[in-house]
Amino acid sequence: MKKQSKSGAPAADIGVVGMLRWAWRQLTTMRAALILLLVLALAAIPGSLLPQRIQDPGAVSTFIEENGAWGEFLDAVQLFDVYTSVWFSAVYILLMVSLVGCIIPRTKHHLRAMRQAPPTAPRRLTRMSAYRTTPLTTQSEQRTTDELLDAARAHLKKSGYRTVRADDHIAAERGYLKETGNLVFHVSILATVIIMAMGGLFGYSGQRVLVEGETFSHSLVSYDSFDPGTFFDADSLPEFRLTLDDLETRFDDEASGAQFGQPRQFDASVTLNTPEGASEFMLRPNEPVRVDGSRVYLIGNGYAPVITARNANGDVTYSGPVVFLPQDGVYTSTGVVKIPDASPDQLGFGGVLLPTTGRNDDGELISTFAELRNPLLVMDAYRGDLGLDTGVPQSVYQLESDSMEQLVDEDGSPYQMVMQPGDTAELPDGHGSVTFEEIRKYAALDVHHDPVQVWMMPFMALLFGGLSLSLFVARRRVWVRVRGDEVEIAGLARGEDPRVDEAVEELTQVLALESLEPESADPDAGSAQNSSGK
Amino acid sequence: MDVNVALAQWSNLLIYSAMAVYAIAFIIYAFDLFGPAFAGDTQKADKESGGTADSQADRTDDPSIGAKSVNRTAGSRTESTAAAAGPGSAATAVLDDGDRPVDGTRDGGMGSGGAEDDGHADASTPDLRRWARAGTALTVLATAFLLGAIVTRTLAVMRVPWSNMMEYALIASAIAAVAYLVLLKFRDFRYLGTFVTFSVLLVLGLCITVFHTPAAQIIPALDNYWIWIHVPIAILSTVLLYLSAIIALVQILRSRSESKPWRGPLRFINALPGSKELEKASYRFAAVGFVTWTFTLVAGAYWAEIAWGRYWGWDSKEIWTFVVWVVYAAYLHARATRGWTPTRVAVLNLIGIASVIFNFSVVNLYFNGLHAYAGV
Ligand code: HEM
Repeated sequence: MKKQSKSGAPAADIGVVGMLRWAWRQLTTMRAALILLLVLALAAIPGSLLPQRIQDPGAVSTFIEENGAWGEFLDAVQLFDVYTSVWFSAVYILLMVSLVGCIIPRTKHHLRAMRQAPPTAPRRLTRMSAYRTTPLTTQSEQRTTDELLDAARAHLKKSGYRTVRADDHIAAERGYLKETGNLVFHVSILATVIIMAMGGLFGYSGQRVLVEGETFSHSLVSYDSFDPGTFFDADSLPEFRLTLDDLETRFDDEASGAQFGQPRQFDASVTLNTPEGASEFMLRPNEPVRVDGSRVYLIGNGYAPVITARNANGDVTYSGPVVFLPQDGVYTSTGVVKIPDASPDQLGFGGVLLPTTGRNDDGELISTFAELRNPLLVMDAYRGDLGLDTGVPQSVYQLESDSMEQLVDEDGSPYQMVMQPGDTAELPDGHGSVTFEEIRKYAALDVHHDPVQVWMMPFMALLFGGLSLSLFVARRRVWVRVRGDEVEIAGLARGEDPRVDEAVEELTQVLALESLEPESADPDAGSAQNSSGK
Repeated sequence: MDVNVALAQWSNLLIYSAMAVYAIAFIIYAFDLFGPAFAGDTQKADKESGGTADSQADRTDDPSIGAKSVNRTAGSRTESTAAAAGPGSAATAVLDDGDRPVDGTRDGGMGSGGAEDDGHADASTPDLRRWARAGTALTVLATAFLLGAIVTRTLAVMRVPWSNMMEYALIASAIAAVAYLVLLKFRDFRYLGTFVTFSVLLVLGLCITVFHTPAAQIIPALDNYWIWIHVPIAILSTVLLYLSAIIALVQILRSRSESKPWRGPLRFINALPGSKELEKASYRFAAVGFVTWTFTLVAGAYWAEIAWGRYWGWDSKEIWTFVVWVVYAAYLHARATRGWTPTRVAVLNLIGIASVIFNFSVVNLYFNGLHAYAGV
């Protein structure tokens, strides 16, 4: 990388325009592209080592809390938002600028090259990558120069060369598609980046958790979280309602070792209501439902215990399913219940749901399997101010228990509800009762919309086709020259070309008269081919 | 869920058998490389033709794959002994003559290609590379066991045999071993035998320990036809890039030996094809590997759109697949950039394979992303 300075710093007095021109020339060299690529690879790595906000904002806050000043420093240099950070953007934008600066002159040059005739033969053909000779005439057959050159030209044309006849030779070139492919490939990369950026601007994505039996009306307010692009137009949301009729989940209880308990089936039966009518679907992983340009994905699932809370008078203060988030492969799930209407104080419960309860070696209660075989709900209870009226948005999955007080038994130890479905627990100190009615499943749905995504496919095809042409088409020049009674056949590889020697050999065979052994290659010829220009 | 336990056990047994045989093959190959036989070959050839390496380097325009190259390589073996008689055109005349008889004997079975090559060389230098021949025969046997292990495992679960890390690694080893054996048919790549058998042995060892996954059905997240497209291409790319990297490593060593021949155990390097030819072979694997890796990336993005609702989301696996891709793009650029010596370019190749391996091992095992493999 030190070599960069080789091309020289700008002279001191060239002025601003000169400076810019110099910078532009540096940026559009192959060397700059190479360095930028390496820097891009390096710059992408931290995003895999540190939690990223685009994936898991919760993990980022936890990380910052746990690491104090260090965490804040990392945040300040955007290491939790690597792919939208100033420095990452700078690298790829520079690369794109370099790419444009590279594509334009090369396209011009290539268009010119395609219109020009292949260059005429250099004086010394022996220096080419491959070189053969064969006699023009023999005892058995006489040929004129014209006859031979015509034959050579016909053969070259048939093999896809562009040819031109000079005085005493044929000049031919093939493999223009290599450069065409290379340019198409680079343009496709540019297009890909632009399409990705546009998708972020015009699309949206939203998440919603839906318990069995619930219906989701598609509108901004009914999302749990919604992430619109900068130019997203809320009026363009398609109109539909989605009901989760049933969610079937199955886990492996036969496999051994690490495979035991792995998921085997997630099938969500949904009813979709659109202005056109109702229809039923199976929503599965890898099988989104597509509605009017938006797509609905099943991306998660879990259990929602149905809880009913009553005050001391027996009035219902809360009733409904509470979404618990699975924490591991056996669906040990955590969740909180907030009951602002409880009396005399507001109540909050935090707890763990074990779908199939067992005990570990230390005798602690754990879940041993993800299906609901022997469920148990264990919850602590808090009283006091839930803090819902402060105006600060709260997570429904976390209890702000700082200003709350944990309920205790008569003996002063923390009070705990341990319930199976159907059980009712009496809270101490006249705080009423809690009934664990049943467990329902829920599905976590993602809705996505990306209006420019359809453009990706054609550009991917171009990218791929262009790359293959660029790497695997051989570009070479061939000359056939008559010198006295001798025919010289020479080939020059332009870039990677494993077959130049074979091609020349084949042409020689064609041009040699049947009865003759062709003379073989100059053994030194091989060393010339690597110097061919790129 | 229908998993045939007996077949799964057979599969494990076959993996152990394959490992045992690969281990012997590796030792024997290593003996061939580091032991006296190869060195004898080297010294003899050096004395006779002023270096096999140079005469082979002249024909670097050979395609590494393709029937024609058979003739060339076989010819050059002859040439190295015949060159003593007269330089220049005499040698190439021998080369042309050498073509036909070799061609005739060469249409035999795949694994025996290497052995027949020896048969040819034996005419002038008897007993050379006997170890290598044994190594190749054992590699064929071990690979048969490995293929058997994959077939039985597939039959045990009746689904795609690449749905977790262990299966991925099994398939990759099998492809690498088969690719190596097939390539032997075209060119004497047996100097790679030591590296290939060692790598396969190592990977199989990891398969039955760190990556071990009991035979079972597939998780819903993977249950899609894209697993038929995205994953095998990824495995193939890994193998291609790996082979490219081994050759790049040999190229670096060979390139040093061109100015200062190796002594001691590495002296076998001196007798290998010239670094220029190695560089080209390495490049060809990398070029094909880059194209297939690009396909892996694009197909992965397409699948991600179906599975997760976005084609690109900077998941840790996506990040590293991208990093790998960019490193190899840099490698291809470096090759075309003035001022980058072949050795430096080869180092980029090695950085590339390091990121491929990191992507497979560390990212799978320690980074939790959406790509978490079933059960590992
Ligand atoms: C996102 C950025 C880029 C990527 C991913 C990329 C990728 C590639 C790849 C994979 C190749 C291999 C094709 C081949 O070897 O024939 C290639 C070739 C090439 N690229 Fe790029 N490139 C990028 C940017 C650039 C830029 C900015 C330039 C100009 C300064 C450039 C100039 C070239 C040239 C001249 C070749 C042909 C090299 C040869 O003949 O081997 N590329 N590029």
